[in-house]
Amino acid sequence: MLKVIIDNIEIQVEEGTTILQAARMIGGKVVPPAMCYYSKLKDSGGKCRSCLVKVVKGSAKDPRPVPKLVASCSTPVQDGMVVENTLSAEVQEARKGVVEMLLINHPLDCPVCDQAGECDLQDLSFGFGMEETETIEPRREYPGIDIGPLIKLNMNRCIHCYRCVLAAEQLTKKRAHGMLYRGDTMEISTFIQTAIDNDFSGNMIDVCPVGALTDRTFRFRSRVWFLNPMDARRECGKCSGKVVAWMFGKEIYRITGRKDQFGEVEEFICNECRFEKKDINDWVIEGPRKIKRQSVISSNHYEQMKKGSIIHPIEGTTEPQE
Amino acid sequence: MTAAGLTKRSKIVSNKTMSFWEKIYLPAIIHGMWITAGHLFRKKTTVRYPEVKREFSEIYRGKHVLKRDDEGRERCTACGLCAVACPAEAITMVAAERKPGEENLYREEKYASTYEINMLRCIFCGLCEEACPKEAIFLTKEIVNADYDRDKFIYGKELLVEPMDPLKRIDVSKRQTPEVLEFKKDRNQRHNVH
Ligand code: SF4
Ligand code: SF4
Ligand code: SF4
Ligand code: SF4
Ligand code: FES
Repeated sequence: MLKVIIDNIEIQVEEGTTILQAARMIGGKVVPPAMCYYSKLKDSGGKCRSCLVKVVKGSAKDPRPVPKLVASCSTPVQDGMVVENTLSAEVQEARKGVVEMLLINHPLDCPVCDQAGECDLQDLSFGFGMEETETIEPRREYPGIDIGPLIKLNMNRCIHCYRCVLAAEQLTKKRAHGMLYRGDTMEISTFIQTAIDNDFSGNMIDVCPVGALTDRTFRFRSRVWFLNPMDARRECGKCSGKVVAWMFGKEIYRITGRKDQFGEVEEFICNECRFEKKDINDWVIEGPRKIKRQSVISSNHYEQMKKGSIIHPIEGTTEPQE
Repeated sequence: MTAAGLTKRSKIVSNKTMSFWEKIYLPAIIHGMWITAGHLFRKKTTVRYPEVKREFSEIYRGKHVLKRDDEGRERCTACGLCAVACPAEAITMVAAERKPGEENLYREEKYASTYEINMLRCIFCGLCEEACPKEAIFLTKEIVNADYDRDKFIYGKELLVEPMDPLKRIDVSKRQTPEVLEFKKDRNQRHNVH
């Protein structure tokens, strides 16, 4: 077991754990944002730099600090390492720069974008972004592409995190999807738009941290904060059948995987569950999905407007840990 | 100790018998009439609406308008921010995707195919106007007319979207803060390009 201190909190972790994973074990504000790392996808991470942290003490053996900020998702911890995330002004400043870079070509058309309200980039820009842009150059623009009948690709919003490519590679045996070109002209492509008809291809929508890949069956139908997310399940031969049904009244508007507190799906679901089962009778509704109180999805949900008292505080209303 | 102890504001009632003048009540009545008569000759605080109308403030918050842009395209993109900001939950909308050939009608890829405000619920707080990222919705100096039928107060797009005719456009420039106007001048914002 290795001992590591992150933002003055000590934790024991197994060898081979990355700083980001260790921070996630601690939880709360210590966890650096991750736009490309996805624990369920092998080899993910190291692309976006939003998870930068400062290593003020390399290890017990070699206590020198690491001269540059490191990507916490791809740096394994050493015994006796001391890491600063929220405590380091340098990290906060660097993260601001990372957000600026991520937004350099981003249209920020959130009012049109179906991801708005559950978008990691929106949260990140809200947390660290600047109010104004310093660039005057035109942003790159691509027409929208339909990847098959179920998925919409809007390349303008893509941040090149590679998650979708890894998902396509690792979840679906046949890779029909990859990156073309380099740098800011990089495009994810379906190798000349061969429709992806694999059973698990829909998970690319869930792993995409932005609105570059969205569900065509849900396109423009509603905004996520008008819907009620409900845990639902069904017997499914291909996947666990455990999903979140986003409902409006008795109608199911869309189905997604169940996302945990770090925005990662708990289990990947199959396309049949995601796209074809929109009838409420197909599902056993377990109950409302708990959504972070800070999320816009929780707004106007009245169960949260109960008046708390000192004796019976409402769960989660005291200074949140996450 | 009297029961008055709770608030300290109650007065102790005395049971003293009234004098003759107090018993005939006349002086008290005349005093009251005097006050009433005094009010008759004061300047009136009301106006004879609808013949006479009060002057409205330039930024009076009345009936909403859904604006079009300079080229007559609807600005609203059905983003739902007005509806989530609305404390009275008066706004509902359904979004639709713009089809090729409709670029002269709608500014963005997505538009509101229906947009309704329930004027009976609305409290004219102006939060929708403040929330709108597309400067599509504004409150105006017009007031919402009375009616006998509750259903008539659900205003749809036909009542809210401003007319195409440039002469009949509704001027909202007075409502736009200097910051907003400054922002609109910036052609680098994708938002303002068209
Ligand atoms: S991807 Fe996120 S930040 Fe970008 S337009 Fe969509 S909601 Fe906004
Ligand atoms: S489409 Fe989404 S998941 Fe794929 S690289 Fe772009 S941002 Fe990442
Ligand atoms: S003025 Fe206030 S109450 Fe009326 S629609 Fe707008 S936000 Fe809602
Ligand atoms: S009026 Fe403005 S805030 Fe409301 S849906 Fe339209 S664009 Fe969004
Ligand atoms: S999450 Fe670490 S670099 Fe993207």
